[in-house]
Amino acid sequence: MRRMSWFNVTSLTFGLAFLYLPMLLLIIYSFNESRLVTVWAGFSTKWYGELFQNEAFLDAALVTLKVGFFSATVATVLGTMAAWILVRGGKFFGRTLFSGMIYAPLVMPEVITGLSLLLLFIAIGMDRGVMTIVLAHTTFSMCYVSVVVSSRLVAFDKSMEEAALDLGCTPASAFFLVTLPLIAPAVLSGWLLAFTLSLDDLVIASFAAGPSSTTLPIKIFSSVRLGVTPEINALSTIMISIVAIGVITASLVTKQAIARAKRDEQKAIQDG
Amino acid sequence: MTSTDAAAVPADFAPWENADEKPLIEFQNVTKRFGDFTAIDNLNLQIYEREFFALLGPSGCGKTTLMRMLAGFETPTEGTILLGGQDMAPIPPNKRATNMMFQSYALFPHLSVADNIAFGLKRDGIPKADIDARVDEMIRLVQLGQFAKRKPHQISGGQRQRVALARSLAKAPKLLLLDEPLGALDKKLRQETQFELMDIQEKTGTTFVIVTHDQEEAMTVASRVAVMDHGKLIQVDTPAGIYENPNSTYVADFIGDVNILEGHAAKSDAGCQITWAEGQPAINSNCGTDLSGKVHFAIRPEKITVSADKPTDKPNVLQGKVHDIAYLGNISTYHVRLSNGQIIKAQSANNRRLSRRSFTWEDDVYLSFTDTAGVVLAE
Repeated sequence: MRRMSWFNVTSLTFGLAFLYLPMLLLIIYSFNESRLVTVWAGFSTKWYGELFQNEAFLDAALVTLKVGFFSATVATVLGTMAAWILVRGGKFFGRTLFSGMIYAPLVMPEVITGLSLLLLFIAIGMDRGVMTIVLAHTTFSMCYVSVVVSSRLVAFDKSMEEAALDLGCTPASAFFLVTLPLIAPAVLSGWLLAFTLSLDDLVIASFAAGPSSTTLPIKIFSSVRLGVTPEINALSTIMISIVAIGVITASLVTKQAIARAKRDEQKAIQDG
Repeated sequence: MTSTDAAAVPADFAPWENADEKPLIEFQNVTKRFGDFTAIDNLNLQIYEREFFALLGPSGCGKTTLMRMLAGFETPTEGTILLGGQDMAPIPPNKRATNMMFQSYALFPHLSVADNIAFGLKRDGIPKADIDARVDEMIRLVQLGQFAKRKPHQISGGQRQRVALARSLAKAPKLLLLDEPLGALDKKLRQETQFELMDIQEKTGTTFVIVTHDQEEAMTVASRVAVMDHGKLIQVDTPAGIYENPNSTYVADFIGDVNILEGHAAKSDAGCQITWAEGQPAINSNCGTDLSGKVHFAIRPEKITVSADKPTDKPNVLQGKVHDIAYLGNISTYHVRLSNGQIIKAQSANNRRLSRRSFTWEDDVYLSFTDTAGVVLAE
């Protein structure tokens, strides 16, 4: 490997430090013996133990996982459908408007999304709870899924679907038998992305959550206002690991799929 | 469906000449527009059962659109397409008795070779034992026995092409559509496969419609060739008919190599005479129909004899200098410049060794041809 110039090394170090130093501190202090967050008093995992005794946190964690699972699943179904229509639907009335609207939530301030959802839930008289958080998270994460899936669909050989139709598939069975198995890696990484987004979200969840249902980010945020405890650090460390695993898995799945496609392509070229 | 006696297709197979024969496919005044672009322009065409029909033309001439309309992926803007007398417009692709072999092969990468071939059969709800038997039969037909369990990316391009063919034949379609089926193969493999295709077509007795831009391929495999340009059929005829009797300079020029001379035709005792350049003798030719006035005289290079001595027994003799020689091994093409500057291409088989050739660059030579060697065309 080529040696990097001092300039590159410096910018890399600064960049990574800027991004990860705060998290690194948090992870280190989660193993702190002392109750005082800023004073190091030796290594210990006791805060993790204490965390698992804390009912309120465990409940919130359960709610968060539930919300993440359901919202990611619904968002994946809807996002895949939207991507399908955008890429394969041809020209239909309102296509441009639709594609713009699909991507709008990516840049929409979360406060606005949250507030509008809150108004909707009140208007239709829906009690706020797990259900409303799931709906809210589905709304904002489906556009991410649709971006991931549609980029895969664009690269997909359309004649594969035509061949399925030609061989007797209805459009629906062509989708499930041919298209879906082939875009599965993109759909899976879309799901992981949606799950991660749901896990992270504080703003929209706090609009949609009710008194009976608190997600982990909300719980953390509200307890931090009473002072940071090492317990929170431990919890945050666990969340960072889960999110990191999710993101890394998603990128590995995509990378592997690309590598496999490339390998097949090269093999095809070699074989003529 | 695999009738063994189908291999005995008579040499005089020509249903298009029989007025009583019912066509399998009939295009009636079919027009297809994409926005402002007219891909198919008021086209009429009959294709008969058991034909191997080639659609030939440059890219963008509408040949692929024509085929996609047969498969059901496009619908005509105007006009009717009949398959076995039935209007095809309301029938979706999955309900048609046609199958298509795609240019990219479009094999399903997540299924094995056998599962790819079985794919269409499974959609029909056929009992499993019958499906297995049929898949075995198709695998034998295309000689892929040891590859049945492999995935498409684990076999070579030529093998993939066979899988695509087997898959599209598995459902025993009335009509098989082949979209540039050999485009991805190298020349040698392509030629072999052409003969295999003809063999399989005869064995199965299926009607084949092939789209190609390769004129040699069309000439090799097809019972009839349709030459297309700008959404219109220019000429539909047997390969020999297209080559020997092109109906226009477009067809003459598109198929093979040709010399085209512009001139004026006038009747004479033996046929007609074409005066085409000052200082050059008029060309004696059969004019066929009463063409007169401005005409084009088209003659293939291989119909012109090159000789060092002046031939005495030919009705047409031109004199010139060898300008260039393209040596292709088996044949040579001579570019001969006449005294008026016109270059004429003449071809001869190299039936003697190169060192014994009696003329070379800048030699004076004579070009001669008979009065039936060329074709006189209106445009």
